[in-house]
Amino acid sequence: MLEIIDVSRRFGDFVALDKVSLHIQAGEFFTLLGPSGCGKTTLLRLIAGFDHVDEGEILLDGKSLTALTPEQRPVHTVFQNYALFPHMTVAENIAFPLRMAKTAKPVIDLMVREILEDVRLPDKANHYPNELSGGQKQRIAIARALVNRPRLLLLDEPLSALDAKLREQMQIELINLQKEVGITFVYVTHDQGEALALSHRIAVMNKGEISQIDEPSVLYSCPDNRFVADFIGQCNLLDATVISVGGRHLRIAINGLGELDVCPNPEIDFAEGDSCALTLRPEKIRLAATLTKEDDEVLFSGKVHDMLYLGDVTVYIIELASGVLIEAMLANDAPGRTRLFDTDDAVQIAWRTDAGHLVP
Amino acid sequence: MVKNSAYPSKALISAGTLVYLFLYLPLVVVVLFSFNDSKLNAEWVGFTWKWYEKLFQNGEILHAAANSLIIATISALLATVLGTLAGLAIHRFRQKWLSALVLGPIAMPDILIGVSLLLMFILFNVTLGMTSIILAHVSFCIGFVALAVQSRLSGMDQSLVEAARDLGALPTQAFRLVTLPLLKPGIIAGGMMAFTLSIDDFVITFFTAGVGSSTLPLEIYSMVKIAVTPEVNAVSTLLMLVTLIIITALSRISPMVLRQ
Repeated sequence: MLEIIDVSRRFGDFVALDKVSLHIQAGEFFTLLGPSGCGKTTLLRLIAGFDHVDEGEILLDGKSLTALTPEQRPVHTVFQNYALFPHMTVAENIAFPLRMAKTAKPVIDLMVREILEDVRLPDKANHYPNELSGGQKQRIAIARALVNRPRLLLLDEPLSALDAKLREQMQIELINLQKEVGITFVYVTHDQGEALALSHRIAVMNKGEISQIDEPSVLYSCPDNRFVADFIGQCNLLDATVISVGGRHLRIAINGLGELDVCPNPEIDFAEGDSCALTLRPEKIRLAATLTKEDDEVLFSGKVHDMLYLGDVTVYIIELASGVLIEAMLANDAPGRTRLFDTDDAVQIAWRTDAGHLVP
Repeated sequence: MVKNSAYPSKALISAGTLVYLFLYLPLVVVVLFSFNDSKLNAEWVGFTWKWYEKLFQNGEILHAAANSLIIATISALLATVLGTLAGLAIHRFRQKWLSALVLGPIAMPDILIGVSLLLMFILFNVTLGMTSIILAHVSFCIGFVALAVQSRLSGMDQSLVEAARDLGALPTQAFRLVTLPLLKPGIIAGGMMAFTLSIDDFVITFFTAGVGSSTLPLEIYSMVKIAVTPEVNAVSTLLMLVTLIIITALSRISPMVLRQ
């Protein structure tokens, strides 16, 4: 329903977007994810109409948006800082898009009351924005953007100003709200956890280009490249060279680890001698004082170099005999114990050949 | 022991008292002697209203006061409209030369503005009178209004206008429904400043006033040239009162307008 076709945008010498193409389905919760300066907000502003494309085309339901001004587009935005009108009450704020659309007064009153019920703030109608908490402002901003049912809702890091606890609660509310109203959401964030939790699909962006578009679970477990592997979650990135192909496994050589078998990447055909990287999530690694090597596993000995206690889990940084550092994660689920190892404890790590994922 | 900073020290209190005495004692003296039953501003004799009674029988002073109010009101209104537009332009186009042009007259010495305006009026054959005074006052008030509006604009969240457009407002609607209400405190403050600047201006008015268009400051000056009579005290007290009322009224209104 929303098609972005070869869109480029430059600011002077800086290329903010370089031939970006996307296709967003109706009813989808779609996220643009990337570090600051990757072009995600620029893309959002192009869709909203606050900025113009240098090249390319943006189509909504098959019709070009490029010639339309922001007020002509059936697209509404939830701004990072809420952008509630400070001189209007909550009800007047929400009524604003309806007034602009020349909706009849009784209908406006009814719709405002309904949406205030939906965001569970019916008693705040006559309050001014400065009398609301951050979470309440956020809900009013979303209510205002949704009240006259746009074809598309754009959300620009809407939760970044909230504290962690409230953010989690708002994430759940956003998911439910989107399901309820069935409007397509395009969400911009630099927070990978938020993107994974909320989205149907995510486009990971880097330096004005799209690195990968996939469902959250695919993005996490089968990244297409090193950038995506590194940006989403924690990841061991091990530089490797392909030794031999064919058969059930690929054989690769990793500096400091020697030769080992991995499952091939069904998407990419590697040839002998290709350089690649093994991406290995810390939670896929077994860690214990002593381990027995099972079939289809590789096993290494080392010692605890450092650790990060995160409460529910601890990330151990294991130094192998060769000096290579590998991150492994263990849940702190043993009752009565806070952690399993101390620095310099001798440990063994092991992972299955299908635990890692090979990227170019 | 940690000193409670909410309570000022003795040195600060005495220094403060001296400063405020210096600022307000002359005004207090003027007000007091306007009620003094003596022709001399020397010693307190007794209370009287007679200087005010005389004042309200003095046709010249009343005429000058009326002129001052008319000039201040019209030039404040004109300067507010033009200054607001100038402030918007400075904010929007972000050109250094534009703000220099608009704000320049603020830094210019009054005597220079007065003389050059006089020369210009003569050059263009403008008869000196109410119109020339109003034109002069507008010209030096625009900068103050523009400054107030522009500082308000630069403190305003730019995404508010974008939000209005995004929600379906035409550029003119976004301006009328969002920008203008948010600028209101700045506009009111600017207009207020223009009014007070205009009503007590002497130097520029002196050069641009013609026969029969004397203003209150000019009238007071011509009275003082002979002697500081209690009548002058009375008219000064009234001028103070009017200014005070206007400023108090507007500062009461603006928080209601603000609501942020």
